[in-house]
Amino acid sequence: MSGAGVTEATVKELCDVAALAVELAKKAGADAAEVLVRDGSELTAKVRLGEPELVQEAGSRALGLRVLKGARRATTYTSDLRRGSLEALCAETVALAELAEPDEFALPPDPALLAKPPLVELDLYDPAVAEVDAAWALREAKTGEAAARRHDKRVTNSDGATWSRVLGATGFATSGGFVGGYRGSYCSLVVEPLCDDTTDPDNPKKRNGYWWTASRFLAQLDVAEAVGIEAARRTVATLGSRKADTQECAIVFDPEVGRSIVGTVFSVANGSSFWRKSSYLIGKEGQEVASKLVTIVDDPLIPRAPGSRPFDGDGLPTRKNVVVDRGVLGPVLCDVYAGRKLGRGSTGSAGRGIGGNPGPTTSNLIMQPGTMSRDQLLRSTPKGLYVTQLMGFGFNPVTGDFSRGAQGFWIEGGELTYPVSEVTIAANFDQILKRIDAVASDLELRSATAAPTFRVSHMTLAGASR
Amino acid sequence: MTTLLPAALRAPFSAGGESAIDAQLASRLLGLALEAGGDYADLYFEFRVAADYALEEEQVRTLGRGITLGLGVRVTKGDATGYAYTEDLDWEKMAHAARTAGQIAMGGGHKPVGVAGMAKVQAPSFYAIATPSLLVPATDKLALLRAADKAARAYDPRIVKVQVSFAESIKEVSLFTSDGRMAHDIQPLIRFGVAAVAEDKGKRQSGSGGGGGRYGMDYFARATRDAAAHGTEAARVAIAMLDAVDAPAGEMMVVLAPGDSGILLHEAVGHGLEADFNRKQTSNYTGQIGKQVASPLCTVVDDGTIAGSRGAINVDDEGFTARNNVLIEHGTLVGYMHDRLSAKHYGVEPSGNGRRESFRAMPLPRMTNTSLLAGTDNPEDIVKSVKRGVYAKRFSGGQVNISNGDFVFSLSESYLIEDGKLTAPLKGVNLIGNGPDVLRKVDMLGSDYEMSDGIWTCGKEGQSVPVNVGTPTVRISAITVGGTQA
Repeated sequence: MSGAGVTEATVKELCDVAALAVELAKKAGADAAEVLVRDGSELTAKVRLGEPELVQEAGSRALGLRVLKGARRATTYTSDLRRGSLEALCAETVALAELAEPDEFALPPDPALLAKPPLVELDLYDPAVAEVDAAWALREAKTGEAAARRHDKRVTNSDGATWSRVLGATGFATSGGFVGGYRGSYCSLVVEPLCDDTTDPDNPKKRNGYWWTASRFLAQLDVAEAVGIEAARRTVATLGSRKADTQECAIVFDPEVGRSIVGTVFSVANGSSFWRKSSYLIGKEGQEVASKLVTIVDDPLIPRAPGSRPFDGDGLPTRKNVVVDRGVLGPVLCDVYAGRKLGRGSTGSAGRGIGGNPGPTTSNLIMQPGTMSRDQLLRSTPKGLYVTQLMGFGFNPVTGDFSRGAQGFWIEGGELTYPVSEVTIAANFDQILKRIDAVASDLELRSATAAPTFRVSHMTLAGASR
Repeated sequence: MTTLLPAALRAPFSAGGESAIDAQLASRLLGLALEAGGDYADLYFEFRVAADYALEEEQVRTLGRGITLGLGVRVTKGDATGYAYTEDLDWEKMAHAARTAGQIAMGGGHKPVGVAGMAKVQAPSFYAIATPSLLVPATDKLALLRAADKAARAYDPRIVKVQVSFAESIKEVSLFTSDGRMAHDIQPLIRFGVAAVAEDKGKRQSGSGGGGGRYGMDYFARATRDAAAHGTEAARVAIAMLDAVDAPAGEMMVVLAPGDSGILLHEAVGHGLEADFNRKQTSNYTGQIGKQVASPLCTVVDDGTIAGSRGAINVDDEGFTARNNVLIEHGTLVGYMHDRLSAKHYGVEPSGNGRRESFRAMPLPRMTNTSLLAGTDNPEDIVKSVKRGVYAKRFSGGQVNISNGDFVFSLSESYLIEDGKLTAPLKGVNLIGNGPDVLRKVDMLGSDYEMSDGIWTCGKEGQSVPVNVGTPTVRISAITVGGTQA
């Protein structure tokens, strides 16, 4: 059985429901209303040790409503889209808004700023993804897992392999006159092999690893065998992991973890963190906050990319923004509300969930590649830690203090030597960004937030006592 | 259940509701789910009403409310699971979901399994509340937000930003299984939170406070957890941290304060003892039952029956009653936390740990309220015994790799211990350790057991569930502190 897929008619239907709800809210006494409707379907097929472990298949629909009564606001959500239920919801939301205090900054955007039809076409939907059925997905997962187990005898167990897809459609309407929608697809395969590590016979351990492929387009997925082999290679490489000694040393970030560092930049370079005084970067726009090698761009307009979108959560057209330009902090990403709080315009960066107010968010947030190859970067590193996994939430946006668990490989004389685990890496984030002294050219847009391999000249590694 | 909710908060699938589901209708659906040859099926009906309130810059900024309604259908065949859900309780939609989930059994041996007659699961109530907070006027809750905001600001003029939030929900669940169990539960949950930012001479710091559980507004009646107390606590942490110095790096002695430090336990052993990982032999605690996995001082329990606690449940999401399960007794591993699949695999009674985030997800073995039980040491003596170390008081979260056992937890309030005394506050820092290794290094245990005040949410395979943790004061002889001062 395969899902019917998401058609342009579905998008139109969602837009109609959103526009209807806006009208109903106005009838219920709202001065302004914004309605987001989402329709999604998922298929998840997981295989473990060659046998199906889970097939999950379902669709869902939800509507989120935000109303303004004067400058007072409230938000509600429901999955019940019947007209009578929507009328009741609108009345309740207006009543709720009357309990809030007025907030002039929350008024709807100037209608002149809203995105106008036709919306930019970003090619975000692949009908071939919708064609996939559970049996085919299970076969792909099985192939990936089998390749991992076959690749190396030391792969003794498996956390399974999962093929999944999401199809979604969005309709958004506002009392300012915006009505628009789009559809998207996304599919992925993850393979998670497991090894038994008896390097220390008194303390045997399991070692897990993973590799993955993902795209909006079915044909752009890496083949399942290749994903499985890479997963096996990465997992086996961690056998015999041990702590490194506590010291200051160079830290090289693999793209798999580099993207989380780029995400951390956004958490302190957005308008909301600025007006809430919850960023160490406040007051530093236009100043050097990172090494000259660092340029980070947020670009929602890349065709087929995972984070692309034709309009933002306020209904404004999206645009490319340079967050960090050769080390200099650009204007931070803002939605309409955060922009007003800071006395400026939106950067078209509003995100909006079903049950809440809009806020700044990223689209495709990308650290731009450098010119040297990853190999050159490693070879020019006399010693340090090559980090492949980060753990924990050790970042304080207010102060920039950064301390997280890490796993990876020790670099000695420009070569990866033994695998390392159970260590932390720490420094103030301001220093981390300024100490980036090499950026490789190996950027791949595999996820909405992405980075090439890069190196921080030194951080504190805490591990074994010397 | 004795709690009666007015119609507006009553699930449509409950008796008398517009889509009332009785045992007969449920049995028909289960029959469809098993049509293709599954060996077990269950139906999980969920109705959830949630509301949230936020105050910022001394103003009530947002009020939100939402309703979630749906049915999840699960069918198993051996170790394989088929899962489907619908938000529409029309017969056709429910039947489609049942058949979709049932397809997992296609192609296997077709030995039809009947649906047993339904018997109601009898469970005591650990959160029978007189009035759910959702039925109390919103203005009462806004008054709480203002009281917390005022208290935080009054604590110190250097407090420059305060955010206060209150979230409340009622979740009503009806569960029917093909082996004839029928369970019903109404689960209230509230969470109150305050975040404060302090600013002084160009330095900025943050602090937070909060709590909650399966309570009504009676939660706020106790002085230690009224709205103002949470506001004051957030401000206290933010101000205290203004003087924070760089944390040390490397292995050292660490003392954990009672209560929230239970997060160490949750990460260091809790997840590793969830039986699904052991059934699949992916946990480093696989095959360790009966073995010494912690210091003999350590007895660890997971107890779903603690009245009012955030992790309490009357029945789990597979219809098994909650229990107090001993996991580690005087250092010896004695049991895992089970869901139905793993209990069957190990041939043991289900432990009441099968939980799910919502009707959109299948149940997994999950923790409820996890505790390290009290020891006999005087907590003051424990701090006095440390020549140089770290005293960990508040945490922002933790994470574990269940395969190799490495875990981290992040300290948001901690102090240096020098010659038996707490001295300088330390900047935010992570601790990293290996589960079994760290538990063997627990060498002093206080008599001052405390449960955390209901703020934690646990994530696993993309599903979040409310949990709680508790510990006495704990001394760990050596663990890696991830500061910057090497």
